Amino acid sequence: MTDIQLGMPQLPAPDYPADVRARLEADGKEIVARYPDSRSALLPLLHLVQAEEGYVTRTGMAFCADLLELTTAEVTAVATFYSMYRRKPSGEYQVGVCTNTLCAVMGGDAIFEELKEHLAVGNNETTDDGKVTLEHIECNAACDFAPVVMVNWEFFDNQTPATAKRLVDDLRAGRPVEPTRGAPLCTYKETARILAGFPDERPGAVAATGGAGPASLAGLRLAKGETPGARVVHPRGEGRGGEGSRDEPQPGAQHLSSHDAPQQTSASDPAHPAGPAAEEGE
Amino acid sequence: MTLATEIDGNGNGSSPEKLLAPVLSAFWDQPESWTLETYRRHDGYEGLRKALAMTPDDLIAYVKDSGLRGRGGAGFPTGMKWQFIPQGDGKPHYLVVNADESEPGTCKDIPLLFANPHSLIEGIVIACYAIRSSHAFIYLRGEVVPVLRRLHEAVREAYEAGFLGKDVLGSGLDLELTVHAGAGAYICGEETALLDSLEGRRGQPRLRPPFPAVAGLYACPTVVNNVESIASVPAILNRGKDWFKSMGSEKSPGFTLYSLSGHVTSPGQYEAPLGITLRQLLDMSGGMRKGHRLKFWTPGGSSTPMFTDEHLDVPLDYEGVGAAGSMLGTKALQCFDETTCVVRAVTRWTEFYAHESCGKCTPCREGTYWLVQLLRDIEAGKGSMGDLDKLNDIADNINGKSFCALGDGAASPIFSSLKYFRDEYEQHITGNGCPFDPARSTAWADDSTEVNA
Repeated sequence: MTDIQLGMPQLPAPDYPADVRARLEADGKEIVARYPDSRSALLPLLHLVQAEEGYVTRTGMAFCADLLELTTAEVTAVATFYSMYRRKPSGEYQVGVCTNTLCAVMGGDAIFEELKEHLAVGNNETTDDGKVTLEHIECNAACDFAPVVMVNWEFFDNQTPATAKRLVDDLRAGRPVEPTRGAPLCTYKETARILAGFPDERPGAVAATGGAGPASLAGLRLAKGETPGARVVHPRGEGRGGEGSRDEPQPGAQHLSSHDAPQQTSASDPAHPAGPAAEEGE
Repeated sequence: MTLATEIDGNGNGSSPEKLLAPVLSAFWDQPESWTLETYRRHDGYEGLRKALAMTPDDLIAYVKDSGLRGRGGAGFPTGMKWQFIPQGDGKPHYLVVNADESEPGTCKDIPLLFANPHSLIEGIVIACYAIRSSHAFIYLRGEVVPVLRRLHEAVREAYEAGFLGKDVLGSGLDLELTVHAGAGAYICGEETALLDSLEGRRGQPRLRPPFPAVAGLYACPTVVNNVESIASVPAILNRGKDWFKSMGSEKSPGFTLYSLSGHVTSPGQYEAPLGITLRQLLDMSGGMRKGHRLKFWTPGGSSTPMFTDEHLDVPLDYEGVGAAGSMLGTKALQCFDETTCVVRAVTRWTEFYAHESCGKCTPCREGTYWLVQLLRDIEAGKGSMGDLDKLNDIADNINGKSFCALGDGAASPIFSSLKYFRDEYEQHITGNGCPFDPARSTAWADDSTEVNA
């Protein structure tokens, strides 16, 4: 990571080893074939190269450019626009805590603060063992399950600081972790491959965790004349150990503005005070 | 005023059975609700058979007559959108389904696709037959892998059963359907930014005209519809436009998904005829959480001006919410109780808009940046009274002056919160900080007192 780049421009990125390139080319051609115009394949191709290396490298971007007959500048412009493309090596599990208004108010801020302390990392940083990258995320369309935590983009609904800490502990210890809605966790690379449009072939992955979540059924149950019970919450937590899913009120829950929207320097990346122009040097 | 917090059977007002109308959500509680088999057991693909028996033009007229309006927020008549596609122009036509659900508070399309993806696929086949399209796309936001899995599987099942592919059900319609995962950008919910993104570019909105109906994907005539809009079409075909129009009002007919979230007893999806009120929804579902009262809420996500407890009886349809000074939007009813600081809520939303501004136009890119700076100062007790007018002034210079609706959305919470809660902003300034304790707002804040009670 360099702060300022002066002098010689960077050398072109090295190519993938021949066997890797051949494999990716076969996948890439399958992606391109889905679209009437090859350039539409760029977003899934970037997911594909992320599935190879865990983040979008210069090599990966050069590969995309080559396959689609674009310049690396055109590919870089796209890769840096979208927040799901990582630009540095990151953990096996991406733990995203929703801190948009509704989840934040319902406890997302407290969860994020506790996880930062518990894992001793900041936003968008990875634990020393390379297992967990922590970040705060924007609204993930699960507000009726607030507060929500996503791990590798699977839903962990109705979280508390205690359940979230247990979750990351399980991830780091290699214990199996199952979301409240979604399939048993795969690695971040495997997730990226699904995003590239290659279906999850694991038996039972599609059916895992069953149909709609409890909150999704709230209205249907009422319409069928079933009386509402107490607040509907997913079973995760209660079934794991004797702690229950709820905590005492959190003393450390004071509001800290955890969000990384525009800071005084370049957006969301204080490590690069000179702005996006410096980011190529990673 | 207080809302009922006790459940007393179906006491006052009409019963939930009468007020709610589950259609899309009718069998979400069935085992394996997402499979083709379950869908067919619940009249799945019957609407398609009826549609294919009509001519495409008659089909467009039928959907137009039903009065179905877009469920993505703007409420534009769906049939009219289809009608705008020029016919006999020799160009390919495309249908693009906007499944980039990212508006803060909005959580209807994702559970719909998770529990019942085939309703969307059936609607897509019907729509493509109507507009003479042989290639459709579902642009799904990337951050919802469980939904992506079920869409992949549902599309595979639909091809296998002959609902997609060559000569669908012997109709002569050839149809390819591509599921496309986005990569994290709220702006791609804006239809022209979505098209740029689907073409492999940065998601930035396009100047209109030309509208997508004339020059959309690959500069060809394109219909962009929300998930719920398209998923509602099969039921209209199968059960008839008169059945559809028997619900809701004349200008806002039909059923829709209302998403209740926040400090309520039973957050979740409530499918009802358009025009139900928040009071009715809260009364039937257990009200606000015990011991608390409603302070402010959004009728359709963070981009729709907020309401207060004065607006509990506003009919939640396009006209009713509009007349009360907001927009129906996505029917994302985010409810906040009296423990919530409105300055904190608006600051966070504004940080979101600043983060998601695509940077293309100056009013939005610069305006949202400065709104965040001012709001953070005010929230931290470092603001001045003049900052409140400045907030209003900056919001006024974004609203209606930015390239797309993201800027208007960013201005909405500023205007509406200053209108209803200016006192609370002033308290932050005169009291040197926030008077609220965020710990009291959390989902678990009252648990210990409940145990003792």
